[in-house]
Amino acid sequence: MPGLEDLYREIILDHYRNPRNRGELSAPPATRVEGFNPLCGDEIVLFLDIERDVVRDIRIGGQGCSISQSSASMMSSAVKGKTLDQVRALSRAFKGMMSIHEQSLDGDGAGEADLDGPGAGNGAHADVKLGDLEALRGVVKFPVRIKCATLSWNTLLQGIDEQQSA
Amino acid sequence: MTETTTGDPLDVERIKKDFPILERLVRGQRLVYLDSANTSQKPRQVLDAVDRYYEQSNANVHRGTYLIAEEATAALEGARAKVARFIGAASEREVVFAKNATEALNLVAKAWGRANLRAGDPVVITELEHHANIVPWHQLVAELGIELRWIPVGPDGHLDLTDLDRLVDGARVVSFAAMSNVLGTLNPVDRLVRAAHDAGAIAVVDASQYVPHMPTDVGAWGADFAAFTGHKMCGPTGIGVLWGTEQILDATPPFLTGGEMILNVTKEGFTPNELPWKFEAGTPPIAEAVGLGAAVDYLSGLGMEVVRTHEVALTGYALRSLAERFGDDLVVHGPSEPAERGGVLSFTYRDLHPHDLTQVFDERGVCVRAGHHCAKPLMRELGVAATARASLYVYNDESDVDALGDAIAAAGDFFAP
Repeated sequence: MPGLEDLYREIILDHYRNPRNRGELSAPPATRVEGFNPLCGDEIVLFLDIERDVVRDIRIGGQGCSISQSSASMMSSAVKGKTLDQVRALSRAFKGMMSIHEQSLDGDGAGEADLDGPGAGNGAHADVKLGDLEALRGVVKFPVRIKCATLSWNTLLQGIDEQQSA
Repeated sequence: MTETTTGDPLDVERIKKDFPILERLVRGQRLVYLDSANTSQKPRQVLDAVDRYYEQSNANVHRGTYLIAEEATAALEGARAKVARFIGAASEREVVFAKNATEALNLVAKAWGRANLRAGDPVVITELEHHANIVPWHQLVAELGIELRWIPVGPDGHLDLTDLDRLVDGARVVSFAAMSNVLGTLNPVDRLVRAAHDAGAIAVVDASQYVPHMPTDVGAWGADFAAFTGHKMCGPTGIGVLWGTEQILDATPPFLTGGEMILNVTKEGFTPNELPWKFEAGTPPIAEAVGLGAAVDYLSGLGMEVVRTHEVALTGYALRSLAERFGDDLVVHGPSEPAERGGVLSFTYRDLHPHDLTQVFDERGVCVRAGHHCAKPLMRELGVAATARASLYVYNDESDVDALGDAIAAAGDFFAP
């Protein structure tokens, strides 16, 4: 039976206590996008400065539990300075790490951007280095918390889509 | 009934033995169930009644001419009679079985509301409503153009009735919770019903958190509708109750339609059945009704006055002991006086998110709900995104409250050692 230490790894608690990239950017020119977790009322606000398909800067506002807050903080560190292609690959890999459970939990697959579709497991993204994000792997043992971990990534993808179609 | 050493009029040690699930171990520890405002546990008496029905009398109701069909019909209607007595209804015709309180409130909004409300008609609700008493009215705002008005909640967790006369002026409906599912606040039902009727409005009481915990007399309330659910009062899921006066039920068209709810159907149309079956389309939740009847027997056996006394005492103990232990680190929302509230304790601890708190609680077998409790407008007024909510019932005692305190301390140690 999974225990608390599987969920709350030290690096997660560090990002929770010392969140990176908190704050706002003026929007516009930055893209502002909100995400909600209806289960627990968590809210996230992302500010994205995307220029020539590169995430130049990112800031995070809102409130939530340690998992959603630390996941957002780790996400912001991971995508800053990356090209949109790299960000999408990271996102696919991260959601792949979470996806088997998530797809079985809600029928919509919760990942429009998951181009690999259902069945794309962890192995499909072996070429993408998740780095610190690996620490969130234990979340899949607590299915109700998966949405906490994926909230910031889904919000990020939504923001990129909005920025691209603007 | 013999009093225990703690002065609790309920013999909780004996009651705990009636609930098989409380014998279960979670992660090697006893189950400490503190989420009864969400759903209650079920005593063996209820489980046995449902089993016995399926094993001995299962048949469809109101149509068979054979023995077990008559038994099934008698079981369903017998349960209705028990519920009617339990809540002080004038007759069984006033007791409509629904799926849950949410469906019952939807029946009021969508059947009575659509037939009786027009654009601009004011409907008054409160800021401490459950979404079940908000969203159906939101839909009528969109469909009919009714006007939704809100009675505010004050910082002490009580409704602020300063502007009540102005709010109900011209209103057609005043719909409110008898007890808040988040704060435990007991609202002044009599005063709100009187204000509604003085203004020419109907009064609708969401009694979901009230009926399981308090002696209830809908006749004395004098309201027009009241809704509650079986699974919060030791009964099964899948059955709720809409109580209404015969007068208003007669003025309400059928909600769901089909079998059971008709007297006659022709190619040209249909004639609805008599009360209460006019509102019960399709095969009803028969076994669930039997279970609810057994739950009513169980609670009646304990005595609802005694249940209330037990919960006031235990709520007082919880408020006192947790305040002593955690001081200002722990904020319990809602009225501070146990006599003015139910045993629902919504709290925040330091700056820990409720989901993180309850995750640590779970490690210790302590079941507490975290989130917005289907009351997002209220959470906004409280200025919090979410709370943890511990709620008490007949099978809880001081040892459960102490286990909650230990779990809060453990969460504090884990996140901020």
